[in-house]
Amino acid sequence: MTDLAETARPARSSALNDPKLRAFAYQALLVIAVLFLVISAGGEAVSNMRQRGIPLTFDFWNQVSGFDINQTLIPYTNQSTYGQAFWVGLCNTLLVAALGIVLATVIGFAVGIARLSHNWIVVSLASVYVEVLRNIPPLLVLLFIYNAVLKPLPNPKQSIALPGSIFLNNRGIIMPDPVFGAGSGLVALALVAGLLLSVAMARWARLRQTQTGKQFPILTVGLALTFGLPLLAYLVMGRPITFNVPVLKGFNFQGGRQIYPELAALLFGLSVYTASFIAEIVRAGIQSVHRGQSEAAHALGLPHGRTTCLVVVPQAMRVIIPPLTSEYLNLAKNSSLAVFIGYPDLVQVFSGTVLNQTGAAVQVMAITMAVYLTISLVTSFAMNLFNKRNALVER
Amino acid sequence: MSDVTLGDTAYLQSERAPALPPPSATRGPLGWMRQNLFSSPGSTALTLLFAALVAWIVPGIVDFALLKAVWHGDSPLCRANPDGACWPFIAEKFNYLRYGAYPIDQRWRVDVVEVVGAVLISWLLWTGAPRRNVAAVLFFLAYPVLAFFLLRGAAWLGLPVIDTSLWGGVLITLLMSVVGIVFSLPLGVLLALGRRSDMPMVKAACITFIEFVRGVPFIIVLFMANFMLPLFVPDWLTPDRLLRPLIGTMMFAAAYMAEIVRAGLQAMPKGQYEGAHALGLGYWPTMRLVVLPQALTTVIPGIVSTFIGLFKDTTLVAIVGIADFLRTVESARLDPNWAGPSISPTGYLFAAIFYWVFCFGMSRYSLATEHRLNRGRKH
Repeated sequence: MTDLAETARPARSSALNDPKLRAFAYQALLVIAVLFLVISAGGEAVSNMRQRGIPLTFDFWNQVSGFDINQTLIPYTNQSTYGQAFWVGLCNTLLVAALGIVLATVIGFAVGIARLSHNWIVVSLASVYVEVLRNIPPLLVLLFIYNAVLKPLPNPKQSIALPGSIFLNNRGIIMPDPVFGAGSGLVALALVAGLLLSVAMARWARLRQTQTGKQFPILTVGLALTFGLPLLAYLVMGRPITFNVPVLKGFNFQGGRQIYPELAALLFGLSVYTASFIAEIVRAGIQSVHRGQSEAAHALGLPHGRTTCLVVVPQAMRVIIPPLTSEYLNLAKNSSLAVFIGYPDLVQVFSGTVLNQTGAAVQVMAITMAVYLTISLVTSFAMNLFNKRNALVER
Repeated sequence: MSDVTLGDTAYLQSERAPALPPPSATRGPLGWMRQNLFSSPGSTALTLLFAALVAWIVPGIVDFALLKAVWHGDSPLCRANPDGACWPFIAEKFNYLRYGAYPIDQRWRVDVVEVVGAVLISWLLWTGAPRRNVAAVLFFLAYPVLAFFLLRGAAWLGLPVIDTSLWGGVLITLLMSVVGIVFSLPLGVLLALGRRSDMPMVKAACITFIEFVRGVPFIIVLFMANFMLPLFVPDWLTPDRLLRPLIGTMMFAAAYMAEIVRAGLQAMPKGQYEGAHALGLGYWPTMRLVVLPQALTTVIPGIVSTFIGLFKDTTLVAIVGIADFLRTVESARLDPNWAGPSISPTGYLFAAIFYWVFCFGMSRYSLATEHRLNRGRKH
């Protein structure tokens, strides 16, 4: 065949019409254009930066920052370096992203499942939730919660007291802070041991079921191991974990843990906004499972709950996971909205304050972009792994 | 069966069985409630719980927005009535929210641009309209020129030049989204075609651009456009302060659009490409006449949701000092003349209604289009 084709092809009238040559020429042009752009823009940037006295090196990393940050997960004072400020910002970003993902998943799954309920009022409320929140900007949600809900709360003296010694006021949420006394390490150890034992037990039980068909109460035993072991350790060690309860003294609270209103607003705003998208993903995923699947499961005698757990959800997860990943990434990226309400995240601390103080725009932006790209890549990598395990195995 | 005798032990019913009670109504309001609200104890509990929730929330919102709201008056009256919305505040700030600081005697120019744009867009979107190709040419070629000269002004037209720092409000929000929407689709199509190209260099360049832009938050793209662009180009080429975020918006939307279009391209059966090749069509005619019309149709929902996302994201341009609609709401609500507890919620409620109407409208239009185009595929 190839011989025939080769001989049958008429000679090109001109080398211009040779697709291979053309492709090569286009690509060469593209490479030259990109190189020209990079070199000229780079040269321009260096000369512009010299002219304006902008630093060209990363020396600022080890200089004293001189500004304070209210929420720090790692030690930081105004005598720390810009580098430490970067880590503080990064930790705050990761904190709000991680908490937001958990909260948004919980709300999103609840609302998504509610949209498939048989109860009219539940369906309507879930639809209203989705249609309202999906169609307004996340920044508006955030500003509303921060400026119209949390800011007008009363001052600490007139705090709103919630059960469990939790207080709401215009300085945030004050709640009891756990104090880990001597011996609480053993409780943590027991928790880890319980979790590991549960995982091992689940594996063993699955193996046994495939071999012998005998079932094992995985959930009950697992829960007993995970919660029973730490409880036992807690009682044996003489209750080492106590709570530091906040008390109103003068104009402010003493003790307890304070959650700043910025964190609360950002976390809540991002979660309820992203949850409206997750709800739609979950609904579409569950609806994508063919009715025949659950009907066949019913015909085999599986009760309703087991049909959902064993037949519908595993198939729905395949449809749900890829878009869910991109929603998680959106949430992590949207955490940069922190800048608008002053939550000290990476963008606010590093691309905002540090950039303004040092003027090292190129370096700061490069580092920030590298961080976000890394977060994106790591998340998609992890979710791809999870997806691969769940994907349909085709012949 | 009745004539079979089974001896003395046989039991034959000699009387009619009593009639069963009629089945519970499945029609009418009562039947509907039984089926949809009280079908089981769990469902009943949910109904009661959520009905209580509705009874708690809805009257609060209605009271605030309508019943207890201040409709006429001034700021002392609003301050005296903290439980109701303060609509006179919106009325007084309305022109600021619409035009920003655009000079008052020149605001008719914005009106003209918006009206012409609205007419052209409705002409384009209304499927029954005649000569829609004329509308497309006008909208994509003539309208940008008209809008540029009218909004910015030109000495030779006798229109004073209005600096972009004075533009604001709804004008900026609409401008940002229309420019983003108009440019992101063609750019996105080119990027998607590049990403699926056989030429390795083109492919690498497109993948790098798309993944880079999609991997970072929009705020970072805006920072890049605002702070870095002036560094990377010679002084005489430095873009206007409004053009910089516009470029950032276009790039950001194009990268997202590219992925949507790529999904459509991947969904095309191979036979479509092969059929076009068999007819002797080259690469561009194949794409323009065969593949893209079908691929873009299948991804209309994705395209529209990218547009909606873009519309919502225009709120972020406030970070580089552009006074978009939400930014003007923010500065209006901080006006000390109107300080009061009901001002912030009123401002946010108004902004929410504005964004919601636009986004919901777009999503409904896309649903309708989807149904119209799918009509042929249903059996």
